[in-house]
Amino acid sequence: MITFKIGGVHPHDNKIAKEAAIAPLAPPAKVAISMAQHLGAPATPVVAKGDKVLVGQVIGEPSGFISGFVHSSVSGTVAAVEPRADIAGNLVPHVVIDVEGDEWDPAIDRSEAIVKEIKGTREEILDKIKACGIVGMGGATFPTHVKLNPPAGKTAEFLIINGAECEPYVTADDRLMREKPEGIVIGAAIMAKVLGGCKCFICIEENKPEAIAAMQKACSGYPGIEVLKLKKKYPQGGEKQLIDAVTHRQVPSGALPIDTGCVVQNVATSYAVYEAVQKNKPLFERAMTVTGQCVPEPRNFLVRLGTPLSFVLEAAGGVPEDAAKFISGGPMMGKAVANMDATTQKGSSCLLLLTEEQTRRKPESNCIRCGKCTDACPMGLEPWLLNKLSRAGGQYEALEENKIFDCIECGCCLYTCPANIPLLDMIRINKAEVMKIIRSRAKK
Amino acid sequence: MNSTLLATIVILTVIGIVVAVVLYFVAQKFKVEEDERIDLVEACLPGANCGGCGSAGCRDFAQRVVAAPEIGSLFCPVGGNDVMQKVAKVLGREAVAQKKMVAVVRCNGTCENRPRTNDYDGLASCKVKAALYSGDTGCRYGCLGCGDCVAACKFGAIKMNPETGLPEVDVTKCTGCGACAAACPRGIIELRTTGPKDRMVVVLCNSKDKGAVARKACKAACIGCAKCQKVCPFEAIKVENNLAYIDFNVCKLCTKCVSECPTGAIHKFNFPEKPAAPAAAPAAPVEKAAPAAVKPEVKAKEVTE
Repeated sequence: MITFKIGGVHPHDNKIAKEAAIAPLAPPAKVAISMAQHLGAPATPVVAKGDKVLVGQVIGEPSGFISGFVHSSVSGTVAAVEPRADIAGNLVPHVVIDVEGDEWDPAIDRSEAIVKEIKGTREEILDKIKACGIVGMGGATFPTHVKLNPPAGKTAEFLIINGAECEPYVTADDRLMREKPEGIVIGAAIMAKVLGGCKCFICIEENKPEAIAAMQKACSGYPGIEVLKLKKKYPQGGEKQLIDAVTHRQVPSGALPIDTGCVVQNVATSYAVYEAVQKNKPLFERAMTVTGQCVPEPRNFLVRLGTPLSFVLEAAGGVPEDAAKFISGGPMMGKAVANMDATTQKGSSCLLLLTEEQTRRKPESNCIRCGKCTDACPMGLEPWLLNKLSRAGGQYEALEENKIFDCIECGCCLYTCPANIPLLDMIRINKAEVMKIIRSRAKK
Repeated sequence: MNSTLLATIVILTVIGIVVAVVLYFVAQKFKVEEDERIDLVEACLPGANCGGCGSAGCRDFAQRVVAAPEIGSLFCPVGGNDVMQKVAKVLGREAVAQKKMVAVVRCNGTCENRPRTNDYDGLASCKVKAALYSGDTGCRYGCLGCGDCVAACKFGAIKMNPETGLPEVDVTKCTGCGACAAACPRGIIELRTTGPKDRMVVVLCNSKDKGAVARKACKAACIGCAKCQKVCPFEAIKVENNLAYIDFNVCKLCTKCVSECPTGAIHKFNFPEKPAAPAAAPAAPVEKAAPAAVKPEVKAKEVTE
């Protein structure tokens, strides 16, 4: 079985919601749709207070090259266009909509029928993907149309569909692969066509046998698409790790995956591409897991984007008494939620509830130079050294020499550290500083 | 035996003398002409190398002072006017007297005023906390309470008050070097001059949120109502972005704004406490931080009567 070569850790996968089918969640009375649901510049709102909107109608337009369209996830009246706090409490422009009924844009094909025939030229398909606001749904939310349009002189040899879902607890992709395998495969075929007919691999970790079986069955009619079974190891779902596992090619420091002839897309993105191109459905809802040992009934929901997290949690049985920490995303890379009124976004794959005991940080002690973090780092960095330099303060040149900018913030170092040193916390802020210095140098 | 010893001593002495002579001539040849006044000025300086003056350290400052034609705006905030007088004496120039600067923490979001909305269990550093999220209270502008300013102070002048969760500046120790102001990721700490006897009137709030939002997050927030601006006879107060700011160069310490502020965001420092009523003269005049429960309540009642 294949996997990536350098580093990695083996956390318990805790996929306790894997048997819960994706249940559509009815829209709440009021949604607040963020204009910054993608990497890059936030979208510009194109609706005003009092406007009537339908499900799937454009409410935000891209404001730059790396930006995207945002669509309404409900039908109703725009109540406000205002800055609101996101999960970290930072203000971001939102469009707030009072929900009235559930009236969809008539252009959307709502039938269950699977449309296999891929129509349209490469440009038409790319325009459609852009117009439907498709972004990478694995968490990084990079606009898909940009990724599928490699710069001149670079061609894609492999399209890698990422179904690794290496984050513990998260099961949204697993369920999607089990329930909608045909859609994912057609989405992959569409993206392979856009990239000039390249070979496509759908990569799934061994702990999801049902998903592997379902995807293999769905792939039978597609000679260019193959399902690969991967060994379970975190962070297998990282773009660079997945490329290493599948092609044994290393993405050089500072380069993009396309430099090794690979394009990586998440399975949920693939399904969204299928819905956009074949069903004319913009990205306004996604599968999301609500899980944790303290949740009485872990569930997978199909949520409308802009639904408050508190509403999603209420649907899963409310706040359990012993829940101490809410995390948006998985336990390794997810972000702690500071504001439960924040709403779901295109990148929200999971709402994880942890108990006090699970979240408690152990007291920090001195580094004993055991080298566990260096062994675990999937990017081949030396986290202890980066931490030491970060704490010294102002050592930005040394940090740059030691490739701090290559850190993918997976948290493996922090996970293995026997001294409980908050390695990633220190590395993350100094990485941001170094990136700033590098960018300002590029401008000059 | 004796001859060996003697020979050794003689040879070493000769080598020593020869080397000393060579070194003397080399030193004369490659002598770096340096103004001896630099050493004298440096001796006057506090030697903390804090960088508060804007130079890389005390020696760098001494070089700049000696090289400059006039002392002018060059000033050692740590040493203050006394040190600058000494420096001026060495150089035979006029020192320009400058007012003492101190740091003030412009936030009064105590645990009581500003309820915590979540718990932060990450690294105890304001810088890390500010990079992660908006903080453990509803206020996006207030003190994060991890003590980066305390760690930055070389003079032990700023300490965390465990009761309020806010840093407090000891005006007598503060040298106005500005290290704490630079360390604060929220820009709460301001360097300012003080009035006679270190008296100050300060808006203890940094929130630029609209009144209702700011008030919801913190009971002691400035809501930008501009009442202080209207009451100020010297036009020292300006309200911008829902936040009042008192210009310390204009403020005459009349304290009219302090009683006018509806949220109590404006504070006066180092003013003598007025005896509330002759009968209820407090046993020991306690500055700030009211002691525990019972006494203040009684006091408050008497005042309202």
